[in-house]
Amino acid sequence: MRLSYPTSIKIVKLPCTGKIDVLYLLKAFQSGADGVYVAGCMEGDCHYLTGNLRAKKRVEYTQKILDEVGVGGERLAMYNMSAAQGARFVEVAQEMTEKIKELGPSPIKKQKSEISKQESEVKGQKTEVV
Amino acid sequence: MTSDSHLEKMLEQGEFAVTSECGPPRGADAEVIKKKGALLKGTVDAINVTDNQTSVVRMSSFSSCVLLTQIGLEATLQMVTRDRNRIAIQSDILGAAALGINNILCLSGDHQKFGDHSTAKNVYDIDSIHLIQTVKHMRDEGKFLGGEELKGIPKLFIGAAANPFADPFESRVVRLAKKVAAGVQFIQTQCIFNLERFAEWMEQVRDRGLHEKVHILGGVTPMKSVGMANYMKNMVPGMDVPDALIARIKGVEKDKRAEEGVKIAVETIQQLKEMEGVHGVHIMAIEWEEMVPRIAEEAGLLPRPQIA
Amino acid sequence: MVIGEGKPIKEILAMIEDRSKILLAGCRGCVTVCCAGGEKEVGILSSAISLARQNQGKALEIKEVTLERQCDPEYLEEIRSIVDDYEAILSIACGAGVQFLAETYRTTPIYPGINTNFIGVTQEQGVWAERCQSCGDCKLHLTGGICPITRCAKSLLNGPCGGSSTGKCEVDPETDCGWQMIYDRFKELGCLEQLEVIIPITDWTTSRDGGPRKIVREDLKL
Repeated sequence: MRLSYPTSIKIVKLPCTGKIDVLYLLKAFQSGADGVYVAGCMEGDCHYLTGNLRAKKRVEYTQKILDEVGVGGERLAMYNMSAAQGARFVEVAQEMTEKIKELGPSPIKKQKSEISKQESEVKGQKTEVV
Repeated sequence: MTSDSHLEKMLEQGEFAVTSECGPPRGADAEVIKKKGALLKGTVDAINVTDNQTSVVRMSSFSSCVLLTQIGLEATLQMVTRDRNRIAIQSDILGAAALGINNILCLSGDHQKFGDHSTAKNVYDIDSIHLIQTVKHMRDEGKFLGGEELKGIPKLFIGAAANPFADPFESRVVRLAKKVAAGVQFIQTQCIFNLERFAEWMEQVRDRGLHEKVHILGGVTPMKSVGMANYMKNMVPGMDVPDALIARIKGVEKDKRAEEGVKIAVETIQQLKEMEGVHGVHIMAIEWEEMVPRIAEEAGLLPRPQIA
Repeated sequence: MVIGEGKPIKEILAMIEDRSKILLAGCRGCVTVCCAGGEKEVGILSSAISLARQNQGKALEIKEVTLERQCDPEYLEEIRSIVDDYEAILSIACGAGVQFLAETYRTTPIYPGINTNFIGVTQEQGVWAERCQSCGDCKLHLTGGICPITRCAKSLLNGPCGGSSTGKCEVDPETDCGWQMIYDRFKELGCLEQLEVIIPITDWTTSRDGGPRKIVREDLKL
């Protein structure tokens, strides 16, 4: 459709949002993401039937963890859209970007410069999503 | 006679017995119990004192019973197995008998989740049926549960509760039979609002011949208001309050509802008097103890018969 | 199996507050099955703690390791060579595993990352329920295979109590009444007369009340 969306977004492709793990989402924030959103198919239209419903639950679980660790669950969101909805994709991208801009950089970034050591092993995953 | 209990004497004499209860205070004021007891003098054959009912801490049933005994009233010690193990239980049984308490009501007790100390550890070392067996064992065998002989028999008249309205209905009579087999001598039932269901239960009781082995006292509680009726219907487990009853109270003007409640209680007692196998009534006037003498009077239960 | 659940992160963070280098140890036994302390949970907890500590500006190095079990001495040896490199071990195995680590690595502080709750079963994915209180004197043959000590809130051996209502326990409308279940089972098995039998007073010496327990099998000792 040749519509453009904000360049601050990095996309990680999965065959189905049902493949999302709580760990991928947390690692994204650990690697410096200011916000993460999960874009899944419309509820009821999942090719694998309930993948997007499971994703929703895992997103909610992760939001709670993010609240508890002071990053903020509002930096993580789940949206539903069909593969044909190009305009909706852009809309969501812009909405999320605006929201994160308002929230500011991830709280851990301010502290990162004070930390000299690497905290844990990130096993080479491509989870840099904004 | 297995004890010096006035209640036992009345029942053995074939009288329709009347018992009631007192809730002890949430403090150390002895006068509260004495006053409540005094209200019931001459009206009842024995007064129960509840034992940290609904797991809310109150002055102990044991001490309250002692206070009642000291002012010349016949007390019934209610003992739950929730808060004490068999060591404390046997110890209290000896103490109660030593202090002139003649009756004991053996209960499991409401779970502590209901009360004001829900974080406590619960005991439930033995259940209510074991408790009945324990009292009987100490009284009739003269031994402790551990097998050793005790010196100084505790002569207590053994009672327990029965709830014809809890589930599963079919098992309720079985549980009564078990309590009878364990040695119970008198039963006080949960308050009766559904006379039909109670009659059904009594039929099952008679079918098993249990009415000849144990004295059943039907529980009666006067309803003060529609609010109280609804609360008991919906919030108290094992309680059966028919809609017709609530409708009847509602059908009367607000300021006359308490009166209607008393009327219903009196009618209930009169019906219980006619039921074969019901040997008395246990009036539980929750937070309304002063009504008991009036209810007893109107139900034709006064004056209380003298012991032959 | 033994079933537990992760402690609130705040509680864990308070335990490791003054540490800068810890070993986070999971277990592939029971806690993996109940999704509280397996390899996956080690990863998630490690990530969560890292984020929290990054937020606080306090560096923390976490070494993630998942042992086969933490209740057998052989498996604890796996970490012997690295244990002294860390200031403390945060273990998300059950209470038995945490203690065994403490007994084995006596100069390393060990912290529990989960609460061990009960012995139970998986009712469905994501739902675990208590079934056994390890009283040490199993009476399941007397009660149709349903434990009165565990499934009855009052551990009545001759229930039900007067608070049983429409098959539910007075303690919680979501909790089934243990004795209603026993009654139903007796009915299904065609042995309702068993309900008439008085089950005698329990000897609690075989349970926790008798003191810490131990089993010794001379025939198995080396």
